[in-house]
Amino acid sequence: MDKFVVLNPEEELRLIREEILPGFQPPEPRFLLPVLHEIQARLRYLPLEGLRAVSEYLGLSAAAVWGVATFYPQFRFAPPGQNQVRVCLGTTCHIKGGEAILESWERELKIKTDETTPDRLFSLERVACVGCCSLAPIMTVNDSIVGKSSPISVKGEILKAKTVRGPKTQTNSNDQ
Amino acid sequence: MKKNNNSGSQKAWEQLQKRTNREISGKPVPEIRLGTATCGRASGALETLAAFREEITRSAPAARLLEVGCVGHCYAEPIAVVANPGFPPILYGPVTPGVARRLVRDFLGEGDPCLEFALGAVEENEKIPSVFELPRFRMEKKIILEHAGWIDPARGEEYLLRGGYRGLFRALGMDPRDVIREVKAAGLRGLGGAGFPAGEKWEICRAFPGKTKYVVGNGDEGDPGAFMDRALLESDPFSVLEGMTIAGYAVGSHRGFLYVRAEYPLALERARTAMESLRGLGLLGKNILNSGFDFEVELARGAGAFICGESTALAAALEGKRGMPRVRPPELAEKGLWGKPTLLNNLKTLAAAARILDQGSPWFRSLGTSRSKGTAVFSLAGKIHNTGLIEVPLGTTLREVVDTAGGGVPKKKALKAVQIGGPSGGCLPAGLADTPVDFDSLKEAGSIMGSGGMVILDEDDCMVRTARFFLDFIQKESCGKCAPCRIGTYQMLKILDGLTRGKGSDAEMKILEELALEVQQGSLCGLGKTAPNPVLSTLRYFREEYEAHYREGRCPARSCRDLIAFYIIPEKCSRACEVCVGACPVEAIAAGAKGIKVIDQEKCVKCGSCYQDCPIEFQAVIKVSPPKTGGK
Repeated sequence: MDKFVVLNPEEELRLIREEILPGFQPPEPRFLLPVLHEIQARLRYLPLEGLRAVSEYLGLSAAAVWGVATFYPQFRFAPPGQNQVRVCLGTTCHIKGGEAILESWERELKIKTDETTPDRLFSLERVACVGCCSLAPIMTVNDSIVGKSSPISVKGEILKAKTVRGPKTQTNSNDQ
Repeated sequence: MKKNNNSGSQKAWEQLQKRTNREISGKPVPEIRLGTATCGRASGALETLAAFREEITRSAPAARLLEVGCVGHCYAEPIAVVANPGFPPILYGPVTPGVARRLVRDFLGEGDPCLEFALGAVEENEKIPSVFELPRFRMEKKIILEHAGWIDPARGEEYLLRGGYRGLFRALGMDPRDVIREVKAAGLRGLGGAGFPAGEKWEICRAFPGKTKYVVGNGDEGDPGAFMDRALLESDPFSVLEGMTIAGYAVGSHRGFLYVRAEYPLALERARTAMESLRGLGLLGKNILNSGFDFEVELARGAGAFICGESTALAAALEGKRGMPRVRPPELAEKGLWGKPTLLNNLKTLAAAARILDQGSPWFRSLGTSRSKGTAVFSLAGKIHNTGLIEVPLGTTLREVVDTAGGGVPKKKALKAVQIGGPSGGCLPAGLADTPVDFDSLKEAGSIMGSGGMVILDEDDCMVRTARFFLDFIQKESCGKCAPCRIGTYQMLKILDGLTRGKGSDAEMKILEELALEVQQGSLCGLGKTAPNPVLSTLRYFREEYEAHYREGRCPARSCRDLIAFYIIPEKCSRACEVCVGACPVEAIAAGAKGIKVIDQEKCVKCGSCYQDCPIEFQAVIKVSPPKTGGK
């Protein structure tokens, strides 16, 4: 079981410089998105200093890298909680009450969407559509997809994450 | 077997066939194929998989267990096909872990096919009723999804065994121009939404000079409410890759990009595995089938931007830039990726092209209507019994899709509208249910075919709220490059926001309509141009519903939360039942005098859980709009 690893900024930067970037040869601007994906897959977020290293490596301006990274909703710039909750708000989830489920999470975790709980156990995001509409409303907790969810089932998911699933979230596999 | 005038590939092809045939010959063993695509997983397929594995080890060690994709019947997930020698293969669903254990023990072990869990046999036979007697199976015509859910998406051999790659083999023996002629003759139109003739696109791309050209498979299925491309990639990535290779050969390209949205991790994983398998079989990479033709495909992952479904924005994303569209022309076919001619097709179009090359254009032309040939894949979701994926000949009516394939609207509710084409499409009212589903009929009715997302709305769904939902989506996804889309959709959203809260005026309605037309005409790309469609189509068919919101503060569908309230009718409430108390996420319901439940209106968040869960024999919870009157 992998432990939830938090790296310090120097280690993060070393990982990006020495393990991630050299995998993209030759350095070309077109690798920007794959590089960002890879960093986020390993670190679960994009550290600012890391982006600077990316811009130097790919020969792009820091502004260009920042512009691209902030354009795409997939990327985040702060580490998420140990359990990542995503609530689907696609068309079908919308008509089947996805909003009420998102609100239920906000209420139970006492945070707003796109925030992380102070104990770093949970972070909450909305997602445009996970393409699982036939089982709406959908929420995902880490890697598991929960179909036909309801506002009350949120409480059970929190309990499950705290007990069964626990803080065993892997550092690198749940952010694909 | 078809002859190929390229002798090198003829030999390679024969060897490949021999090799795959050798793999399956031998003593037949019991085989279980479990659908573990995303929708299956959401229904617990992984738990079922574990149960199968455990029970097979214990009581039927000879049996094979395979993970496959999705046959399209999401309502019955998890789905498994069990092939036990001596019986026809049987389709089961939903297969819970308990059912899985019984199937291994009782069916594989003792020969009892447990028909109580079966949907039917998947082959016509004399023993067991077959699924083809079900209306949905009868009306479907699977071309693009022909192999989805039946083959192991990790092994190219399985695709070959079912006739895969015959299309490419045939194409490699033809002049590339004849390949294009074949696709043109078939009348295949782009299945990504706009319906541009595919063969023509290929021809245009081929005509532009240049040694370097690219082929892009557009799997950036961003429409909320659509999941056809996901299911196709998770179930049968080979058809897409075969189509891409054929397209590459036809237009003179040696390099393809398969662009898949990041929200589909399993689709990405399965596409990657499939590509490795094809490389091992000599069907991808250098010198494909010993024909001298090279074609390599790179998998690219999106990053959550809806706009990247637009071809020029997708090209920008592949180049590592922000996914912003540019003015067209020049089209991608002329100046695409890195300025080179680029052919971009939807994944379903590519898969259909592979079939056309295999079976010939006359066969394909025999399906569909006079102007829309072939089939269309739809994802059915929303207020419908049998959700899932369906593939029907173009020209099938909406009613057939909803009633026959979908099994109608649940809970005896009335069909209100069908939303087609996502944020770019429109809501067609129940009155237009006899509209044939094809490119031109849908456009005439104020919607578009789109990529194929179909969401069924019933009487409880508010059209104003639905329009607001799409505008909210578009507003968030607008890339911001052009003002009509960036600012126009924002202003439209503000008006719609007000309407769902009961605020608005005739003057604002007029502004809403004017803005809709201006955004439609003034936007740079397809996203903006089609963004007003949900508003325009609902205004066209459901204007009185808009008016009720701001004139009476009433939501006729009782859906807009600011305009409704929930009450429990004391006479109907069963005192012994506590379902609503348990369903309420905010503890707003408590038993009052004599055990009758009462909703605390201050605490109520209007999520509707009590309304949904109150047992049908009581139906004690009512929804009223406007909230102040009528409810007591």
